[in-house]
Amino acid sequence: MASGTRHRVADAPWLRRTLIGLALFITTVLLVIPLILIFAQALGSGWSTFAANLTDQYTLHAIGLTLFVAALTVPLNLVFGTALAWAVTRFRFPGRKLLITLIDIPFAVSPVVAGLLYLLLYGRNGWVGSWLANYDVQLMFSWPGIVMVTVFVTCPFVARELIPLMQQQGSEEEEAGVVLGASGWRMFRKITLPNIKWALIYGVVLTNARAVGEFGAVSVVSGNIRGQTNTLPLHVELLYQDYNVVGAFASASLLAGIAILTLAVKGFVEWRQSRTVSTTVDEESSR
Amino acid sequence: MSIVVDGISKYFGNFQALRDISLEFPEGKLTALLGPSGSGKTTLLRIIAGLESAERGRILFDGSDVSGLHVRDRDIGFVFQHYALFRHLTVGQNIAFGLESLPRSERPSKAEIRARVAELLDMIQLPQLADRFPSQLSGGQKQRVALARALATKPKILLLDEPFGALDAKVRKDLRRWLRALHDEFHFTSIFVTHDQEEALELSDQVVVMSQGRIEQVDEPTDLYARPESRFVFDFLGHVNVLSGSVQAGVLKQGPASVRLPRIQTTGDAQLYLRPHEVRLVAKPVSGADLPFRIEAVSLIGSGVRVELRPEGWESNDLWEVGMSHGEFARHRPARGDRWYVIPDVGHLFTEDSRKPQTVYWEPPEFLETAGSGI
Repeated sequence: MASGTRHRVADAPWLRRTLIGLALFITTVLLVIPLILIFAQALGSGWSTFAANLTDQYTLHAIGLTLFVAALTVPLNLVFGTALAWAVTRFRFPGRKLLITLIDIPFAVSPVVAGLLYLLLYGRNGWVGSWLANYDVQLMFSWPGIVMVTVFVTCPFVARELIPLMQQQGSEEEEAGVVLGASGWRMFRKITLPNIKWALIYGVVLTNARAVGEFGAVSVVSGNIRGQTNTLPLHVELLYQDYNVVGAFASASLLAGIAILTLAVKGFVEWRQSRTVSTTVDEESSR
Repeated sequence: MSIVVDGISKYFGNFQALRDISLEFPEGKLTALLGPSGSGKTTLLRIIAGLESAERGRILFDGSDVSGLHVRDRDIGFVFQHYALFRHLTVGQNIAFGLESLPRSERPSKAEIRARVAELLDMIQLPQLADRFPSQLSGGQKQRVALARALATKPKILLLDEPFGALDAKVRKDLRRWLRALHDEFHFTSIFVTHDQEEALELSDQVVVMSQGRIEQVDEPTDLYARPESRFVFDFLGHVNVLSGSVQAGVLKQGPASVRLPRIQTTGDAQLYLRPHEVRLVAKPVSGADLPFRIEAVSLIGSGVRVELRPEGWESNDLWEVGMSHGEFARHRPARGDRWYVIPDVGHLFTEDSRKPQTVYWEPPEFLETAGSGI
C-alpha cells in the first residue's frame, strides 16, 4: 500500500501544518477572541460596575424570567421528548417515519418564523387567541407565550438524542423485564431509564442551553416589556440599543458563562456516553 | 402445565405470519419449534408468551384461556436469543429481578432472595460471577445467566427463542446437554425455537416443523426423521438425494438413469427421495438400478465417511451423498473422479397426486444377481 499512502494529501508535512494552523487561526479569530472580548468588555469598567450592572433591577428580572422559562421548558420537553422517542422506537404505526421527520421542523424553520406563527395563531386577533381573549386569557406578550415558543424551538433536542440510542438498544431488555413480572413503571425506572440516562442528560443540557439563549422567536412574541417580558438575550439587545455597552456585555457574559458551562457538561456526558456505547459494542462483538 | 394453541392466526400488515395454527404441548415435555427463518416459529412463541397478540385464536394454559392475560401475569420464563440481560445490573441483580418484581405480598425477604440467587448461580455453575456485569461475560455464560434469571421465580413454563443461535458450536453442544439435564430435573413444560435440525432432534421430545406460517409435521424426533410427511420436511431435515423422472411400468427413468420400483403402481412424473444412509455404492450397475455417478469429493472426518457424487449423464439439483463406515471405505477405496453406481435400500416416492410419500423397500432379492459386489 506504499503507493496509496504516498498520494494521501494529508501526509505532506507542510500541508498538514498549514491545515492545522489555519484551523487554529480561524477558531481563535472567530470563536475564542470574541468570547474573551465579552468578558473583557463586561469587566472593562471594573468589578463594581460589573456587579452593579448585574444587580440592576431590570437585569435581575430578566435573569429571573429566563430561568423561569427554562425551568418550565426543560421538564416539558424532557417528558415530551422521552414519550415521542418511546412511541417511534417501540411501536410500529402508519405515519411513524413522517413523525420522525416532523420532529425536525423546529430545527429547519427560522425561530422568527416560529414566533410569527404563534403570534398569528394565539395573538389577540389570531384564530385561537381571539377565542381565548373572550375568556380573558392572554398568551402573547406575556410569559406563557415566551414559554410556548421556547418549547417549540427546543423540542427536538431530547427526542433527537434518544431515538438513535433507543433504536440501537432495541426493546429486548424491556420485554425481558415485563416477562419477569415488572410493572410498566418499574420497567421504565429500572431498565429503560438507566440505559438512556446519559443521552437524556445530554438532551436536557442542550435543551437548557437553547432555552436560555433563544432570541428570535421570543423577541417576536414577548413584546420586549422591560421588567415584564424581557428575557436575558432580549435584555442584552435592549441595553445595547440604550448605548449601555458595558451593561449589555455584563449580561452577555452571563449567557456566555452558561454556554461554557454547557460545553463542559456536554463534554463530560459525551465521554460517559461513549463509555456506555463501547461496552454495548463489546457485548455485540462477543456475540 | 400443558399448553394448547387453538386456531391462532397472525398478520403483520398484509403478510400472514401464522395461518390457523392449532397445537398441543404436553405437560413436562420439551418441544422444538423447527423451521427456516420466516416460518413463523418465533412469532408463535412470542404469542404463547404474550409478547405479541394474535388476530384470531386462543392460548390455553392447563385448560384455562390466557389470551387476554398480560405477559407479566402469565408466569412464564422466557429466554431471548441475544440474552437481553440488563446491562447496567450485575449478574446477581439480573437473576434477582424477577423475585423483586413480585407483588409485595408474594415477594420473598431480602435474605431469601439472596439465598435463591446463590442457589441459581450454583445451578448454572457460575457462583463466582455474581458481581460481574453482563459485558464482562462470554456468550455461553450470558445465556446461562439468562436461563437462571428466567427460572428464578420457578415458572411452570419455559420458552426459549433460539437460545443457542448466537453461540459457537462447542459451547452450543455443552449448553444443549445442560438444558436437557435441567429440564429432566425440573420438569417444566418447555418450548424452544430453533432453525437447527440437529439441535431440535437431539434435544426435544416432540418436534413441530413449520414453514410459511403453517405446521408441516408434528412428531417425535425418530419418527420425524424416518418418516417425513412432505417434501419440505425431507429437504429441511438433513441431506436428501433426489431422482426426478417419470414412472413407466414400475420403473423410474431419467435419461440413462433408471431404478425399478417394486410394488409401485403409479405412472407419470415422480421424485424419489433417498437419505445418504439408505443407499449403497457399487462398482457396476445391477439389473433394476442403473444410477451412474462420478465421485466429486470424499470426506473422511467424523464417525463415517461421506462421499459426494455428481450424476453422470443425468440431472439432479444437488450433489448426491452416500454415507459408509470407515471399514467399508478401506475395503473399496472409492476415489475422486471414479465412476460408481448407487443402489437404494429404502426410498420415499413423491407423485403428483399425493402430498405424502410412498415408502419403497428394495428387498435383498431385488438385486440378488449382484449380491456381494456392493459396499
